[in-house]
Amino acid sequence: MKRFWQKAKVREAISGYLFMAPTILVLGTFLIAPIIYAIFLSFHKVEILGGLSYRFVELKNFLRTFEDERVWIALKNTIEYVIIVVPCQTILALILALVLNKEIQGKKWFRIIFFLPTVTSSAVLTLIFIWIYNSNGLLNGLLDFFGLPTYNWLGDPSVALKSIMIMNIWSTAPFFMVIYLAALQDIPRSVYEAAKLDGANEFDQFINITVPLLKPVTFFVMVMGIIGTFQLFDQSYIFSGGTGGPNNSTLTVVLLIYQYAFRSLDMGYAAALALMLAGVILVTTLIQRGFFREEKAN
Amino acid sequence: MNNFRWIRGIFYGILILYAIITFLPFAWALSASFKPLEEIIAGGLNFIPHDFTFDNYRNIFIESPLFGRWFLNSVLVGVCVTGLNIIFNSMAGYALARVKFPGNSLLLGIILAVLMIPGQVTLIPGYLILKSLGWLNTYQGLIVPSAVNATFIFMMRQFFINFPKELEEAAALDGLSRWETFWQVVLPLAKPALAAQAIFIFMGSWNNFLMPLMITSDPGMFTLPLGLNTFKGQYISYWNYIMAASMVFTIPALGIYAFFNRYFISGVTFTGSKG
Repeated sequence: MKRFWQKAKVREAISGYLFMAPTILVLGTFLIAPIIYAIFLSFHKVEILGGLSYRFVELKNFLRTFEDERVWIALKNTIEYVIIVVPCQTILALILALVLNKEIQGKKWFRIIFFLPTVTSSAVLTLIFIWIYNSNGLLNGLLDFFGLPTYNWLGDPSVALKSIMIMNIWSTAPFFMVIYLAALQDIPRSVYEAAKLDGANEFDQFINITVPLLKPVTFFVMVMGIIGTFQLFDQSYIFSGGTGGPNNSTLTVVLLIYQYAFRSLDMGYAAALALMLAGVILVTTLIQRGFFREEKAN
Repeated sequence: MNNFRWIRGIFYGILILYAIITFLPFAWALSASFKPLEEIIAGGLNFIPHDFTFDNYRNIFIESPLFGRWFLNSVLVGVCVTGLNIIFNSMAGYALARVKFPGNSLLLGIILAVLMIPGQVTLIPGYLILKSLGWLNTYQGLIVPSAVNATFIFMMRQFFINFPKELEEAAALDGLSRWETFWQVVLPLAKPALAAQAIFIFMGSWNNFLMPLMITSDPGMFTLPLGLNTFKGQYISYWNYIMAASMVFTIPALGIYAFFNRYFISGVTFTGSKG
Protein backbone atom coordinates (compact mmCIF):
# COMPACT_ATOMS: atom_id res chain seq x y z
CA MET A 1 0.00 0.00 0.00
CA LYS A 2 2.75 2.36 0.97
CA ARG A 3 4.61 1.58 -2.24
CA PHE A 4 1.52 2.29 -4.26
CA TRP A 5 1.18 5.61 -2.48
CA GLN A 6 4.80 6.45 -3.26
CA LYS A 7 4.32 5.58 -6.90
CA ALA A 8 1.27 7.81 -7.22
CA LYS A 9 3.22 10.64 -5.67
CA VAL A 10 6.14 10.22 -8.06
CA ARG A 11 3.76 10.09 -10.99
CA GLU A 12 2.08 13.28 -9.80
CA ALA A 13 5.46 15.00 -9.51
CA ILE A 14 6.47 13.88 -12.98
CA SER A 15 3.27 15.20 -14.52
CA GLY A 16 3.84 18.47 -12.64
CA TYR A 17 7.24 18.92 -14.26
CA LEU A 18 5.83 17.88 -17.61
CA PHE A 19 3.24 20.62 -17.37
CA MET A 20 5.88 23.14 -16.35
CA ALA A 21 8.54 22.08 -18.86
CA PRO A 22 7.82 24.63 -21.64
CA THR A 23 7.54 27.44 -19.11
CA ILE A 24 10.76 26.52 -17.36
CA LEU A 25 12.57 26.24 -20.67
CA VAL A 26 11.35 29.53 -22.17
CA LEU A 27 11.34 31.67 -19.03
CA GLY A 28 14.68 30.16 -18.03
CA THR A 29 16.34 30.96 -21.36
CA PHE A 30 14.77 34.28 -22.20
CA LEU A 31 14.03 35.81 -18.81
CA ILE A 32 15.92 34.34 -15.86
CA ALA A 33 19.22 33.71 -17.65
CA PRO A 34 19.14 37.20 -19.23
CA ILE A 35 18.64 38.83 -15.82
CA ILE A 36 21.78 37.16 -14.48
CA TYR A 37 23.57 37.81 -17.77
CA ALA A 38 22.59 41.50 -17.57
CA ILE A 39 24.30 41.81 -14.19
CA PHE A 40 27.39 40.13 -15.63
CA LEU A 41 27.38 42.41 -18.69
CA SER A 42 27.06 45.57 -16.62
CA PHE A 43 30.49 44.93 -15.06
CA HIS A 44 32.18 44.30 -18.40
CA LYS A 45 33.24 46.03 -21.54
CA VAL A 46 31.59 43.96 -24.24
CA GLU A 47 32.96 43.55 -27.73
CA ILE A 48 30.47 41.99 -30.16
CA LEU A 49 32.12 42.55 -33.49
CA GLY A 50 34.03 39.46 -34.56
CA GLY A 51 32.89 37.13 -31.77
CA LEU A 52 31.82 38.00 -28.26
CA SER A 53 34.49 39.04 -25.80
CA TYR A 54 34.32 40.58 -22.34
CA ARG A 55 36.73 42.63 -20.30
CA PHE A 56 36.04 43.14 -16.58
CA VAL A 57 35.85 46.87 -15.84
CA GLU A 58 34.57 46.85 -12.22
CA LEU A 59 32.12 49.69 -11.63
CA LYS A 60 33.22 51.80 -14.57
CA ASN A 61 29.95 51.40 -16.49
CA PHE A 62 27.95 52.57 -13.49
CA LEU A 63 30.26 55.47 -12.69
CA ARG A 64 30.18 56.58 -16.31
CA THR A 65 26.44 57.21 -16.09
CA PHE A 66 27.03 60.06 -13.65
CA GLU A 67 29.24 61.92 -16.10
CA ASP A 68 27.09 61.17 -19.12
CA GLU A 69 25.15 64.31 -19.92
CA ARG A 70 22.66 62.46 -22.10
CA VAL A 71 21.72 60.17 -19.22
CA TRP A 72 20.66 63.19 -17.20
CA ILE A 73 18.72 64.65 -20.10
CA ALA A 74 16.95 61.33 -20.71
CA LEU A 75 16.23 60.90 -17.01
CA LYS A 76 14.91 64.43 -16.71
CA ASN A 77 12.65 63.96 -19.75
CA THR A 78 11.41 60.61 -18.49
CA ILE A 79 10.67 61.86 -14.96
CA GLU A 80 8.91 64.95 -16.31
CA TYR A 81 6.91 62.62 -18.49
CA VAL A 82 5.96 60.30 -15.60
CA ILE A 83 5.03 63.16 -13.28
CA ILE A 84 2.69 64.76 -15.79
CA VAL A 85 1.24 61.73 -17.60
CA VAL A 86 0.48 59.39 -14.68
CA PRO A 87 -1.76 61.74 -12.64
CA CYS A 88 -3.48 63.06 -15.76
CA GLN A 89 -4.33 59.66 -17.14
CA THR A 90 -5.41 58.37 -13.72
CA ILE A 91 -7.78 61.28 -13.10
CA LEU A 92 -9.15 61.18 -16.64
CA ALA A 93 -9.70 57.41 -16.34
CA LEU A 94 -11.52 57.85 -13.03
CA ILE A 95 -13.79 60.59 -14.39
CA LEU A 96 -14.68 58.56 -17.46
CA ALA A 97 -15.34 55.46 -15.36
CA LEU A 98 -17.56 57.38 -12.91
CA VAL A 99 -19.62 58.81 -15.75
CA LEU A 100 -19.89 55.49 -17.56
CA ASN A 101 -20.90 53.75 -14.34
CA LYS A 102 -24.19 55.68 -14.26
CA GLU A 103 -27.30 54.34 -15.94
CA ILE A 104 -26.70 55.75 -19.39
CA GLN A 105 -28.05 54.93 -22.83
CA GLY A 106 -25.61 53.48 -25.33
CA LYS A 107 -23.07 52.62 -22.66
CA LYS A 108 -21.76 49.70 -24.66
CA TRP A 109 -21.02 51.91 -27.67
CA PHE A 110 -19.20 54.51 -25.63
CA ARG A 111 -17.03 51.77 -24.17
CA ILE A 112 -16.19 50.37 -27.59
CA ILE A 113 -15.25 53.79 -28.96
CA PHE A 114 -13.23 54.78 -25.89
CA PHE A 115 -11.27 51.58 -26.12
CA LEU A 116 -10.15 52.05 -29.74
CA PRO A 117 -6.74 53.61 -28.97
CA THR A 118 -5.86 50.79 -26.58
CA VAL A 119 -6.42 48.25 -29.33
CA THR A 120 -4.47 50.16 -31.94
CA SER A 121 -0.74 49.74 -32.29
CA SER A 122 1.48 52.48 -30.92
CA ALA A 123 3.30 52.58 -34.25
CA VAL A 124 0.08 53.44 -36.09
CA LEU A 125 -1.06 55.89 -33.41
CA THR A 126 2.27 57.66 -33.52
CA LEU A 127 2.19 57.96 -37.31
CA ILE A 128 -1.37 59.28 -37.21
CA PHE A 129 -0.38 61.83 -34.59
CA ILE A 130 2.74 62.93 -36.46
CA TRP A 131 0.39 63.62 -39.35
CA ILE A 132 -2.10 65.43 -37.11
CA TYR A 133 0.68 67.46 -35.44
CA ASN A 134 2.05 68.53 -38.82
CA SER A 135 2.50 72.30 -39.10
CA ASN A 136 -0.54 72.51 -41.39
CA GLY A 137 -2.15 69.39 -39.90
CA LEU A 138 -5.50 68.79 -38.25
CA LEU A 139 -4.63 70.05 -34.77
CA ASN A 140 -3.24 73.39 -35.88
CA GLY A 141 -6.15 73.66 -38.30
CA LEU A 142 -8.65 73.22 -35.48
CA LEU A 143 -6.77 75.55 -33.12
CA ASP A 144 -6.66 78.16 -35.84
CA PHE A 145 -10.35 77.67 -36.58
CA PHE A 146 -11.20 78.46 -32.93
CA GLY A 147 -8.78 81.39 -32.90
CA LEU A 148 -6.29 79.67 -30.58
CA PRO A 149 -2.49 79.82 -30.89
CA THR A 150 -0.83 77.14 -33.02
CA TYR A 151 2.46 75.38 -32.29
CA ASN A 152 5.23 73.63 -34.11
CA TRP A 153 4.32 70.38 -32.31
CA LEU A 154 7.14 68.24 -33.70
CA GLY A 155 9.97 70.66 -34.40
CA ASP A 156 9.99 72.88 -31.34
CA PRO A 157 12.14 71.30 -28.58
CA SER A 158 10.03 72.90 -25.85
CA VAL A 159 6.82 71.36 -27.21
CA ALA A 160 7.89 68.01 -28.74
CA LEU A 161 7.78 66.01 -25.49
CA LYS A 162 4.41 67.53 -24.61
CA SER A 163 3.06 66.34 -27.95
CA ILE A 164 3.97 62.79 -26.98
CA MET A 165 2.45 63.31 -23.51
CA ILE A 166 -0.90 64.41 -24.94
CA MET A 167 -0.95 61.44 -27.24
CA ASN A 168 -0.07 58.99 -24.48
CA ILE A 169 -2.67 60.32 -22.03
CA TRP A 170 -5.24 60.05 -24.80
CA SER A 171 -4.26 56.50 -25.71
CA THR A 172 -3.81 54.91 -22.26
CA ALA A 173 -6.52 56.56 -20.13
CA PRO A 174 -9.26 54.30 -21.59
CA PHE A 175 -7.45 51.15 -20.50
CA PHE A 176 -7.32 52.36 -16.92
CA MET A 177 -10.92 53.52 -17.25
CA VAL A 178 -11.97 49.90 -17.79
CA ILE A 179 -10.08 48.81 -14.69
CA TYR A 180 -11.80 51.53 -12.64
CA LEU A 181 -15.13 50.57 -14.13
CA ALA A 182 -14.68 46.96 -13.03
CA ALA A 183 -13.79 48.10 -9.52
CA LEU A 184 -16.77 50.48 -9.34
CA GLN A 185 -19.11 47.65 -10.22
CA ASP A 186 -17.69 45.58 -7.37
CA ILE A 187 -18.81 48.13 -4.77
CA PRO A 188 -22.12 46.84 -3.34
CA ARG A 189 -25.13 49.11 -3.92
CA SER A 190 -26.16 48.60 -0.28
CA VAL A 191 -23.21 50.67 0.97
CA TYR A 192 -24.50 53.70 -0.94
CA GLU A 193 -28.08 53.08 0.14
CA ALA A 194 -27.05 52.99 3.80
CA ALA A 195 -25.14 56.25 3.34
CA LYS A 196 -28.15 57.83 1.64
CA LEU A 197 -30.32 56.91 4.62
CA ASP A 198 -27.79 58.66 6.85
CA GLY A 199 -28.30 61.77 4.74
CA ALA A 200 -25.07 61.74 2.73
CA ASN A 201 -25.32 63.49 -0.64
CA GLU A 202 -23.65 62.34 -3.88
CA PHE A 203 -20.48 64.28 -3.16
CA ASP A 204 -20.14 62.93 0.41
CA GLN A 205 -20.66 59.44 -0.92
CA PHE A 206 -17.94 59.93 -3.51
CA ILE A 207 -15.40 61.24 -0.99
CA ASN A 208 -16.25 58.86 1.87
CA ILE A 209 -17.15 55.65 0.06
CA THR A 210 -15.99 55.57 -3.54
CA VAL A 211 -12.52 57.08 -3.16
CA PRO A 212 -11.45 54.96 -0.13
CA LEU A 213 -12.81 51.77 -1.64
CA LEU A 214 -11.01 52.48 -4.90
CA LYS A 215 -7.66 52.95 -3.18
CA PRO A 216 -6.23 49.50 -4.04
CA VAL A 217 -7.25 49.95 -7.67
CA THR A 218 -5.78 53.43 -7.78
CA PHE A 219 -2.54 51.96 -6.48
CA PHE A 220 -2.64 49.32 -9.21
CA VAL A 221 -3.43 51.89 -11.90
CA MET A 222 -0.64 54.21 -10.80
CA VAL A 223 1.95 51.45 -10.55
CA MET A 224 1.02 50.20 -14.01
CA GLY A 225 1.08 53.79 -15.26
CA ILE A 226 4.49 54.51 -13.76
CA ILE A 227 6.00 51.30 -15.09
CA GLY A 228 4.51 51.99 -18.52
CA THR A 229 5.63 55.61 -18.72
CA PHE A 230 9.15 54.88 -17.46
CA GLN A 231 9.45 52.46 -20.36
CA LEU A 232 8.40 54.95 -23.02
CA PHE A 233 10.07 53.96 -26.25
CA ASP A 234 7.94 53.38 -29.37
CA GLN A 235 6.53 56.89 -29.52
CA SER A 236 9.77 58.78 -29.02
CA TYR A 237 11.60 56.42 -31.38
CA ILE A 238 9.11 56.90 -34.21
CA PHE A 239 8.58 60.61 -33.53
CA SER A 240 12.26 61.40 -33.73
CA GLY A 241 13.34 58.69 -36.16
CA GLY A 242 15.37 57.13 -33.35
CA THR A 243 17.41 60.23 -32.50
CA GLY A 244 15.50 61.60 -29.51
CA GLY A 245 15.41 64.99 -31.20
CA PRO A 246 14.74 67.83 -31.73
CA ASN A 247 17.69 68.78 -29.55
CA ASN A 248 17.34 65.69 -27.27
CA SER A 249 13.91 66.87 -26.16
CA THR A 250 12.26 63.49 -26.71
CA LEU A 251 15.20 61.40 -25.54
CA THR A 252 13.95 58.86 -22.99
CA VAL A 253 15.92 56.41 -20.88
CA VAL A 254 14.86 53.37 -22.88
CA LEU A 255 15.63 55.11 -26.16
CA LEU A 256 19.06 55.97 -24.80
CA ILE A 257 19.61 52.33 -23.75
CA TYR A 258 18.60 51.27 -27.24
CA GLN A 259 20.97 53.78 -28.84
CA TYR A 260 23.94 52.68 -26.74
CA ALA A 261 23.21 48.98 -27.24
CA PHE A 262 22.35 48.85 -30.92
CA ARG A 263 23.84 52.00 -32.45
CA SER A 264 27.10 52.35 -30.51
CA LEU A 265 27.18 48.59 -29.74
CA ASP A 266 28.23 49.47 -26.20
CA MET A 267 26.32 46.60 -24.60
CA GLY A 268 27.98 46.61 -21.19
CA TYR A 269 27.22 50.26 -20.59
CA ALA A 270 23.69 49.86 -21.92
CA ALA A 271 23.13 46.90 -19.57
CA ALA A 272 24.30 49.00 -16.63
CA LEU A 273 21.86 51.77 -17.65
CA ALA A 274 19.03 49.23 -17.92
CA LEU A 275 19.75 47.87 -14.45
CA MET A 276 19.74 51.39 -13.03
CA LEU A 277 16.40 52.08 -14.69
CA ALA A 278 15.02 48.86 -13.19
CA GLY A 279 16.29 50.05 -9.81
CA VAL A 280 14.56 53.42 -10.21
CA ILE A 281 11.27 51.74 -11.17
CA LEU A 282 11.49 49.30 -8.27
CA VAL A 283 12.25 52.03 -5.72
CA THR A 284 9.42 54.24 -7.05
CA THR A 285 6.98 51.34 -6.78
CA LEU A 286 8.08 50.55 -3.22
CA ILE A 287 7.85 54.19 -2.11
CA GLN A 288 4.37 54.36 -3.57
CA ARG A 289 3.37 51.17 -1.84
CA GLY A 290 4.60 52.53 1.48
CA PHE A 291 2.62 55.70 0.88
CA PHE A 292 -0.57 53.79 0.17
CA ARG A 293 -0.07 51.52 3.21
CA GLU A 294 0.35 54.49 5.50
CA GLU A 295 -2.83 56.04 4.14
CA LYS A 296 -4.65 52.81 4.86
CA ALA A 297 -3.48 52.79 8.50
CA ASN A 298 -5.03 56.20 9.17
CA MET B 1 -35.88 65.89 -10.34
CA ASN B 2 -34.93 68.85 -12.48
CA ASN B 3 -31.51 68.84 -10.88
CA PHE B 4 -31.13 65.18 -11.75
CA ARG B 5 -31.81 65.76 -15.42
CA TRP B 6 -29.25 68.58 -15.45
CA ILE B 7 -26.50 66.29 -14.07
CA ARG B 8 -27.45 63.64 -16.58
CA GLY B 9 -27.02 66.19 -19.35
CA ILE B 10 -23.49 66.96 -18.18
CA PHE B 11 -22.66 63.25 -18.14
CA TYR B 12 -23.83 62.80 -21.70
CA GLY B 13 -21.92 65.93 -22.68
CA ILE B 14 -18.66 64.53 -21.24
CA LEU B 15 -19.20 61.17 -22.90
CA ILE B 16 -19.99 62.55 -26.32
CA LEU B 17 -17.14 65.07 -26.21
CA TYR B 18 -14.69 62.36 -25.24
CA ALA B 19 -16.03 59.97 -27.86
CA ILE B 20 -15.37 62.67 -30.46
CA ILE B 21 -11.86 63.29 -29.13
CA THR B 22 -11.17 59.56 -29.30
CA PHE B 23 -12.64 59.04 -32.71
CA LEU B 24 -11.34 62.13 -34.52
CA PRO B 25 -7.76 60.96 -35.16
CA PHE B 26 -9.00 57.66 -36.59
CA ALA B 27 -11.56 59.38 -38.80
CA TRP B 28 -8.89 61.80 -40.00
CA ALA B 29 -6.49 58.99 -40.87
CA LEU B 30 -9.21 57.00 -42.57
CA SER B 31 -10.26 59.97 -44.67
CA ALA B 32 -6.64 60.74 -45.63
CA SER B 33 -6.22 57.18 -46.83
CA PHE B 34 -8.89 57.82 -49.49
CA LYS B 35 -7.53 61.21 -50.59
CA PRO B 36 -5.05 61.81 -53.39
CA LEU B 37 -1.77 63.30 -52.20
CA GLU B 38 -2.48 66.75 -53.67
CA GLU B 39 -5.63 67.06 -51.62
CA ILE B 40 -3.81 66.11 -48.41
CA ILE B 41 -1.00 68.59 -49.03
CA ALA B 42 -3.41 71.38 -49.87
CA GLY B 43 -4.61 71.21 -46.24
CA GLY B 44 -8.12 72.03 -45.12
CA LEU B 45 -10.33 70.37 -42.54
CA ASN B 46 -12.57 68.32 -44.83
CA PHE B 47 -13.21 64.83 -43.51
CA ILE B 48 -14.98 63.73 -46.68
CA PRO B 49 -12.51 63.48 -49.57
CA HIS B 50 -13.28 65.66 -52.60
CA ASP B 51 -11.60 63.17 -54.90
CA PHE B 52 -12.40 59.83 -53.35
CA THR B 53 -9.87 57.20 -54.48
CA PHE B 54 -8.77 53.62 -53.74
CA ASP B 55 -5.39 54.20 -55.43
CA ASN B 56 -3.49 54.51 -52.16
CA TYR B 57 -4.49 51.01 -51.13
CA ARG B 58 -3.81 49.62 -54.57
CA ASN B 59 -0.38 51.28 -54.65
CA ILE B 60 0.94 50.14 -51.27
CA PHE B 61 0.43 46.51 -52.23
CA ILE B 62 1.92 46.94 -55.72
CA GLU B 63 4.61 49.60 -55.32
CA SER B 64 5.94 48.21 -52.07
CA PRO B 65 6.29 44.46 -52.71
CA LEU B 66 7.37 43.90 -49.10
CA PHE B 67 4.14 45.21 -47.63
CA GLY B 68 2.30 41.94 -48.19
CA ARG B 69 5.23 40.04 -46.75
CA TRP B 70 5.22 42.18 -43.57
CA PHE B 71 1.54 41.56 -43.22
CA LEU B 72 2.01 37.78 -43.50
CA ASN B 73 4.96 37.87 -41.07
CA SER B 74 2.79 39.64 -38.52
CA VAL B 75 -0.03 37.16 -38.98
CA LEU B 76 2.28 34.14 -38.72
CA VAL B 77 4.09 35.43 -35.63
CA GLY B 78 0.86 36.57 -33.98
CA VAL B 79 -0.92 33.25 -34.54
CA CYS B 80 2.02 31.11 -33.39
CA VAL B 81 2.72 33.23 -30.31
CA THR B 82 -0.96 33.18 -29.36
CA GLY B 83 -1.34 29.42 -29.85
CA LEU B 84 1.77 28.57 -27.86
CA ASN B 85 0.87 30.97 -25.06
CA ILE B 86 -2.62 29.57 -24.66
CA ILE B 87 -1.29 26.02 -24.33
CA PHE B 88 1.84 26.69 -22.28
CA ASN B 89 0.36 29.27 -19.89
CA SER B 90 -2.61 27.04 -19.18
CA MET B 91 -0.41 24.02 -18.58
CA ALA B 92 1.80 25.94 -16.17
CA GLY B 93 -1.15 27.64 -14.47
CA TYR B 94 -2.88 24.31 -14.00
CA ALA B 95 0.21 22.63 -12.56
CA LEU B 96 0.78 25.52 -10.15
CA ALA B 97 -2.85 25.44 -9.03
CA ARG B 98 -3.51 21.71 -8.80
CA VAL B 99 -0.50 19.41 -9.15
CA LYS B 100 1.64 18.63 -6.11
CA PHE B 101 5.30 18.48 -7.03
CA PRO B 102 8.46 19.54 -5.23
CA GLY B 103 9.31 23.14 -6.13
CA ASN B 104 5.74 24.16 -6.93
CA SER B 105 5.68 27.16 -4.60
CA LEU B 106 9.25 28.12 -5.49
CA LEU B 107 8.30 28.29 -9.19
CA LEU B 108 5.23 30.36 -8.36
CA GLY B 109 7.43 32.71 -6.34
CA ILE B 110 9.87 33.07 -9.25
CA ILE B 111 7.03 33.80 -11.69
CA LEU B 112 5.62 36.48 -9.41
CA ALA B 113 9.08 38.02 -8.94
CA VAL B 114 9.67 38.05 -12.69
CA LEU B 115 6.52 40.15 -13.12
CA MET B 116 8.28 43.01 -11.33
CA ILE B 117 11.35 43.08 -13.59
CA PRO B 118 11.10 45.73 -16.32
CA GLY B 119 11.63 44.38 -19.82
CA GLN B 120 14.66 46.56 -20.60
CA VAL B 121 16.87 44.52 -18.28
CA THR B 122 16.47 41.43 -20.41
CA LEU B 123 16.61 43.31 -23.71
CA ILE B 124 20.37 43.32 -24.29
CA PRO B 125 21.25 39.89 -22.86
CA GLY B 126 18.19 38.50 -24.65
CA TYR B 127 19.56 39.89 -27.90
CA LEU B 128 22.98 38.35 -27.27
CA ILE B 129 21.43 34.97 -26.45
CA LEU B 130 19.38 35.04 -29.66
CA LYS B 131 22.48 36.06 -31.58
CA SER B 132 24.50 33.14 -30.23
CA LEU B 133 21.63 30.76 -31.01
CA GLY B 134 21.72 32.10 -34.56
CA TRP B 135 18.09 33.14 -34.19
CA LEU B 136 18.35 36.78 -35.31
CA ASN B 137 16.22 37.42 -38.40
CA THR B 138 14.33 34.14 -37.96
CA TYR B 139 10.73 33.28 -37.18
CA GLN B 140 11.72 31.21 -34.14
CA GLY B 141 13.59 34.26 -32.85
CA LEU B 142 10.39 36.28 -33.12
CA ILE B 143 8.18 33.54 -31.66
CA VAL B 144 9.94 31.41 -29.04
CA PRO B 145 11.01 34.14 -26.56
CA SER B 146 7.35 35.29 -26.40
CA ALA B 147 5.87 31.77 -26.21
CA VAL B 148 5.19 32.06 -22.47
CA ASN B 149 3.86 34.97 -20.43
CA ALA B 150 4.27 35.18 -16.66
CA THR B 151 1.25 37.47 -16.21
CA PHE B 152 -1.08 35.01 -17.87
CA ILE B 153 0.41 31.99 -16.10
CA PHE B 154 -0.54 33.72 -12.87
CA MET B 155 -3.97 34.59 -14.24
CA MET B 156 -4.60 30.98 -15.30
CA ARG B 157 -3.48 29.74 -11.90
CA GLN B 158 -6.07 31.98 -10.24
CA PHE B 159 -8.66 30.67 -12.68
CA PHE B 160 -7.88 26.99 -12.02
CA ILE B 161 -7.84 27.44 -8.25
CA ASN B 162 -11.52 28.39 -8.42
CA PHE B 163 -12.26 25.55 -10.80
CA PRO B 164 -14.66 22.85 -9.42
CA LYS B 165 -12.52 19.99 -8.15
CA GLU B 166 -15.31 17.42 -8.46
CA LEU B 167 -14.97 17.30 -12.24
CA GLU B 168 -11.35 16.29 -12.04
CA GLU B 169 -12.06 13.73 -9.33
CA ALA B 170 -14.74 12.19 -11.52
CA ALA B 171 -12.29 12.06 -14.41
CA ALA B 172 -9.70 10.39 -12.18
CA LEU B 173 -12.27 7.75 -11.16
CA ASP B 174 -12.86 7.08 -14.84
CA GLY B 175 -9.19 6.24 -15.09
CA LEU B 176 -7.94 9.35 -16.85
CA SER B 177 -4.41 10.50 -16.10
CA ARG B 178 -3.56 14.09 -15.15
CA TRP B 179 -2.52 14.75 -18.73
CA GLU B 180 -5.75 13.37 -20.19
CA THR B 181 -7.89 15.13 -17.60
CA PHE B 182 -6.25 18.41 -18.49
CA TRP B 183 -6.79 18.14 -22.24
CA GLN B 184 -10.21 16.48 -22.24
CA VAL B 185 -11.94 17.96 -19.20
CA VAL B 186 -10.22 21.06 -17.86
CA LEU B 187 -9.11 22.93 -20.97
CA PRO B 188 -12.45 22.79 -22.84
CA LEU B 189 -14.13 24.30 -19.80
CA ALA B 190 -11.61 27.13 -19.59
CA LYS B 191 -12.63 28.63 -22.93
CA PRO B 192 -13.67 32.11 -21.70
CA ALA B 193 -10.36 32.58 -19.86
CA LEU B 194 -8.48 31.31 -22.91
CA ALA B 195 -10.36 33.68 -25.22
CA ALA B 196 -9.53 36.72 -23.09
CA GLN B 197 -5.92 35.63 -22.95
CA ALA B 198 -5.76 34.97 -26.70
CA ILE B 199 -6.94 38.48 -27.53
CA PHE B 200 -4.44 40.17 -25.25
CA ILE B 201 -1.54 38.06 -26.45
CA PHE B 202 -2.44 38.49 -30.12
CA MET B 203 -2.83 42.26 -29.77
CA GLY B 204 0.45 42.43 -27.87
CA SER B 205 2.26 40.51 -30.58
CA TRP B 206 0.54 42.32 -33.47
CA ASN B 207 1.44 45.71 -32.03
CA ASN B 208 4.89 44.90 -30.64
CA PHE B 209 7.58 47.28 -31.88
CA LEU B 210 10.71 47.07 -29.75
CA MET B 211 11.30 43.29 -29.87
CA PRO B 212 11.08 42.88 -33.67
CA LEU B 213 13.11 46.08 -34.07
CA MET B 214 15.88 44.38 -32.11
CA ILE B 215 15.62 40.89 -33.53
CA THR B 216 15.24 41.66 -37.24
CA SER B 217 17.44 43.70 -39.53
CA ASP B 218 16.50 42.00 -42.81
CA PRO B 219 13.51 43.90 -44.25
CA GLY B 220 12.03 40.60 -45.44
CA MET B 221 11.66 39.53 -41.80
CA PHE B 222 10.06 42.77 -40.57
CA THR B 223 6.65 42.71 -38.97
CA LEU B 224 4.11 45.38 -39.88
CA PRO B 225 4.96 47.98 -37.19
CA LEU B 226 8.59 48.00 -38.34
CA GLY B 227 7.63 47.99 -41.98
CA LEU B 228 5.34 50.91 -41.36
CA ASN B 229 8.13 52.84 -39.68
CA THR B 230 10.51 52.32 -42.62
CA PHE B 231 7.63 53.29 -44.86
CA LYS B 232 7.64 56.62 -43.10
CA GLY B 233 11.34 57.04 -43.85
CA GLN B 234 11.01 55.95 -47.45
CA TYR B 235 7.96 57.95 -48.41
CA ILE B 236 8.27 60.79 -45.96
CA SER B 237 5.87 63.07 -47.75
CA TYR B 238 3.52 60.39 -49.07
CA TRP B 239 1.05 60.62 -46.24
CA ASN B 240 -1.65 59.11 -48.43
CA TYR B 241 0.29 55.81 -48.57
CA ILE B 242 1.28 55.89 -44.92
CA MET B 243 -2.33 56.39 -43.84
CA ALA B 244 -3.61 53.64 -46.13
CA ALA B 245 -0.96 51.28 -44.76
CA SER B 246 -1.88 52.26 -41.20
CA MET B 247 -5.49 51.44 -41.89
CA VAL B 248 -4.62 48.04 -43.38
CA PHE B 249 -2.64 47.39 -40.23
CA THR B 250 -5.36 48.57 -37.84
CA ILE B 251 -8.43 46.97 -39.34
CA PRO B 252 -7.65 43.29 -38.51
CA ALA B 253 -6.96 44.26 -34.89
CA LEU B 254 -10.18 46.28 -34.72
CA GLY B 255 -12.13 43.41 -36.27
CA ILE B 256 -10.87 40.94 -33.69
CA TYR B 257 -11.55 43.42 -30.94
CA ALA B 258 -15.11 44.14 -32.10
CA PHE B 259 -15.79 40.42 -32.44
CA PHE B 260 -14.41 39.44 -29.03
CA ASN B 261 -15.35 42.68 -27.30
CA ARG B 262 -17.18 40.85 -24.51
CA TYR B 263 -14.19 38.69 -23.60
CA PHE B 264 -11.88 41.63 -23.92
CA ILE B 265 -13.66 43.69 -21.28
CA SER B 266 -14.14 40.70 -18.96
CA GLY B 267 -10.48 39.89 -19.39
CA VAL B 268 -9.54 43.38 -18.26
CA THR B 269 -11.97 43.06 -15.41
CA PHE B 270 -10.23 39.92 -14.36
CA THR B 271 -6.79 41.53 -14.32
CA GLY B 272 -8.16 44.66 -12.73
CA SER B 273 -9.58 42.98 -9.67
CA LYS B 274 -6.16 41.50 -8.97
CA GLY B 275 -4.93 44.96 -7.97
